[in-house]
Amino acid sequence: MRRLLPAAARLPVASALAGSTLAAWALGVTPAQAAVGLPQMDFANPLTTSQVVWGALIFVVLYVLLSRGALPKVASVLEERARTIGADLDAAKQAKLEADAAAAEVARATREAQASAAAEVAQAAAAAKAAAEVEASRATAALDVQLAEAEARIHAARASAMAALRDVATETTEALAGRLIGRAPDHAAVNQAVAAALAARQA
Amino acid sequence: MATTIDVMGQFKLTTALGPVGASVNFTQSNLTMVVVCALILGLLHLGMAPRAVVPGRLQAAAEMLYGFVHRMCIDQIGEEGKAFFPFIFTLFSFLLFSNLFGLVPYQFTVTSHLAITAGLAVFVIVLATFVGLRTHGLHFFSYFLPEGLPIFLAPLIVVVEVISYLSRPISLSFRLFANMMAGHVVFEVFASFMVAMAASLGAIGYVMAVGPFALDVAMTGFELLVAALQAYVFAVLACMYLHDAVHLH
Repeated sequence: MRRLLPAAARLPVASALAGSTLAAWALGVTPAQAAVGLPQMDFANPLTTSQVVWGALIFVVLYVLLSRGALPKVASVLEERARTIGADLDAAKQAKLEADAAAAEVARATREAQASAAAEVAQAAAAAKAAAEVEASRATAALDVQLAEAEARIHAARASAMAALRDVATETTEALAGRLIGRAPDHAAVNQAVAAALAARQA
Repeated sequence: MATTIDVMGQFKLTTALGPVGASVNFTQSNLTMVVVCALILGLLHLGMAPRAVVPGRLQAAAEMLYGFVHRMCIDQIGEEGKAFFPFIFTLFSFLLFSNLFGLVPYQFTVTSHLAITAGLAVFVIVLATFVGLRTHGLHFFSYFLPEGLPIFLAPLIVVVEVISYLSRPISLSFRLFANMMAGHVVFEVFASFMVAMAASLGAIGYVMAVGPFALDVAMTGFELLVAALQAYVFAVLACMYLHDAVHLH
């Protein structure tokens, strides 16, 4: 490593070698002298060319190590990341589609439930109405029957009452006529007269 | 005071790794390259080790570097740029980490050597030319003859175009080399002032040395920008040359 530190070795001031170097460099002297001043231009030094040969070798080795090992490694990681992110995005897109479908399904089910509920309510109302109508008509019929029966009873009562009235009238007429004429009148004649009188009243 | 300032000594090449390195001319520049490569590979391998969907800091840094270069390739070259991505990534990360690592005190700056930047630039141009010939065959040479050109101008324009094409590696290599060298020279000039002041003026010198020290601190921030920018410029220009080779204009 000692040889890696040329600058440090040369910083100290009294380097006998380089006394003329800065002067030559600063004063812009002839190329021949500059070649002495610039180690880079010192092509007489075998190290100047040997470093290029070694450098080419090192560069080729670096190229092979990079192109065969390091760069494909980076590429694979970047590819993997792109794939992972792409897959995640696809999954998110898929999940969103599913969520949207589920939301639409819920909305549709709600609408259907509302519609069927409304239909059922209407049906129940109609059924109740029909039942009420049936009940009402049944009750009306029963009442009509009762009314008819009552009317019949009234007619019967009235007829019997009228029949009884004829008997009473006949008896009363016989009694009155008997008092008036002093003897029992002819039953058949009285009966006939009463019937005629009743008929005349009723007419 | 016989103070001398050796601002160029920092660029002098020495052998590294003891006698073994010396026997094969393995320089400290090459050792720095190895360290830089280890840093790049370490960032990518350690950073990407968690393989997390939500990255941590190190993983985010590794992914940003990858994504930045990947986008640069596709933006500059087009869809064909994917084929050149490993090369452009190697180039950019090598230059970026070399430039930044050179800013660590006492460390060598690989890209401050023209031989290195020129080697890379020449390789880029040769690669681009090869790609152009592979893609378009001999039709590639129509690149040097813009369409709709009056035929009597052709000899002149072709020469100009060829010269401009061949000067690409020169501008490419000198831009990076000069930027990195200049920054480090300025660093050392100021640092030398500090040492010289402290050495020659005693206690007052120590107080005055705060000035160049502050300048070096400010320069460090500026050099961080230059380090990233020059690596980017080199890589973008390499991409543009490859774009020309693939698309011909």
